[in-house]
Amino acid sequence: MKKSKLRNAEELFFRGVMIISSSVIGLALFLILWSIIKRGLPALSWDMLTQTPKGGFYFGKEGGIANAIVGSLYLASGATLLAMILGIPVSLYMNVNLHKRKKLVNSIRFLLDVMWGIPSIVYGAFGFTFMIYFGMHSSLLAGILTVTLFIIPIMIRSIDEVLMSVPKGLMEASYSLGSTQSETSYKVFLRQCISGVTTAVLLSFGRAIGDAASVLFTTGYTDHMPTSLTQPTATLPLAIFFQMSSPIAEVKERAYASALILTVLILFISIIARIISTRYQKHKIKI
Amino acid sequence: MSGKPKIIIKDLNLHFGKQHVLRNVTANIPEKQITVILGPSGCGKTTLLKTMNRLTDLYPNVKLDGSIHIGNDDILHTKKDITEIRRHMGLLSQRPYPLPMNIFNNVAYGLRISGRKSKKYLKPRVKHYLEMANLWEEVKDRLHDSASSLSIGQQQRLCLARGLSVDPDIILADEPTSALDPLSSEVIENKFVELKSQYTIVMVTHSLQQARRIADYVIFMYLGEIIEQGPAKEFFNTPKQDLTKKYIKGLFN
Ligand SMILES: Nc1ncnc2c1ncn2[C@@H]1O[C@H](COP(=O)(O)OP(=O)(O)O)[C@@H](O)[C@H]1O
Ligand SMILES: [Mg+2]
Repeated sequence: MKKSKLRNAEELFFRGVMIISSSVIGLALFLILWSIIKRGLPALSWDMLTQTPKGGFYFGKEGGIANAIVGSLYLASGATLLAMILGIPVSLYMNVNLHKRKKLVNSIRFLLDVMWGIPSIVYGAFGFTFMIYFGMHSSLLAGILTVTLFIIPIMIRSIDEVLMSVPKGLMEASYSLGSTQSETSYKVFLRQCISGVTTAVLLSFGRAIGDAASVLFTTGYTDHMPTSLTQPTATLPLAIFFQMSSPIAEVKERAYASALILTVLILFISIIARIISTRYQKHKIKI
Repeated sequence: MSGKPKIIIKDLNLHFGKQHVLRNVTANIPEKQITVILGPSGCGKTTLLKTMNRLTDLYPNVKLDGSIHIGNDDILHTKKDITEIRRHMGLLSQRPYPLPMNIFNNVAYGLRISGRKSKKYLKPRVKHYLEMANLWEEVKDRLHDSASSLSIGQQQRLCLARGLSVDPDIILADEPTSALDPLSSEVIENKFVELKSQYTIVMVTHSLQQARRIADYVIFMYLGEIIEQGPAKEFFNTPKQDLTKKYIKGLFN
């Protein structure tokens, strides 16, 4: 009797903790979105989306942040693409070719996890030192390379995590049909994990487009539309940062509008990625 | 012995790390017959089957000695490409693992990777193998559906069609009916009996009844060793070893 009372209390306690922590997270998310929408929406205008900053933009005059939107899209797409091109083969190699080398693969995983944990400002600083060494100026290209470096552990490890769940029987089925290792990788494993790959791409893109610290020194900032890989390029996180640090109230509001644009952009890309992944997921073998 | 041997296994020993899993296994598997590997679970049946197409390569810490001759090659020591050797064997596993693609592509996969890619060639081939596996009638209107939308029994027949498509001469099957309903099991069993005129079939089972129904040749294993082997009639009617007698009477698991 006593015991069951204790168990009930325990159950109640953990359920309480769960409910409280979920509500805190939910509330925090809601408040963030609410403040962005509440303060950003009134300041949002067509000009913000389509104009580059004119002379007095940062003092509250006309203009927009089209250059930062385009710059951010270039930067994040370029870095995500590069990270995919490097990351997909590496994660497949870890799970198919190095399948028997558990210890080696686990060390690689550990290293990547450490890299994942390094703050982006460190990548920024690293990229910056590198640029100085080669006499490069801050540019879209330097930014793309730095951000690629910074999202590649995210890309590899999140794809790796889904590849790890491919059943051994599927691997054996593939080899027993006479597949080579690369056929097993690209025709079987990759297809089985297509939704996981989409998630990984999405996660990486989100990190790439939202990060300010890694692009601060490497990509630089300008008021012009990006036209070349070798020119400095504006990005949304920095646009938000600069507007937010302005003492002028109007400009501050525009920072919220810019944050809203960034949020909607990420939301939009998430939805597209989900649609793509469900289209391909239907062939996944359920275990 | 009965019939010409297709697979000749000699002094095969396999260790998983320190565990001695196959002990001095020697057997001749007759051509174009159904050989059944019998034994209680954990005795090494699956492992023995996997050595025959070297799926044991996929496990770390495996030590293999001895030889397995198929045709003129000792497949354990050959310089030939292992993928080439595997193409001459179909595999059915305990539960079906269709490939993550549609039904048509599952059967076409093996043909495509061996270089036969034209749709014109593939279409009749796919139909042919699906018919061989008694699946065509059920799937002919949904060839572009995902393989995972089929029932487990249908999936196993799809895996059979897929295995046959590479035109093997050996079919390896590891308890292929243990996850299936009685009806699908029967289809697979009957199919094996039908197919043995063209293929050498090696099937693992732990079901005595199934072995009695379809085996031509029986290999009985216990704790990694072959206790007794021989043509099915002799094996079931006049077993020589005490362990075999006990097993046939159903005295252990
Ligand atoms: N990948 C593996 N690593 C280590 N030991 C294994 C592995 N696979 C099987 N074994 C061991 O080998 C023995 C035989 O297994 P198995 O061939 O699967 O038996 P069966 O198919 O007759 O049930 C068992 O004792 C099992 O624990
Ligand atoms: Mg087994």
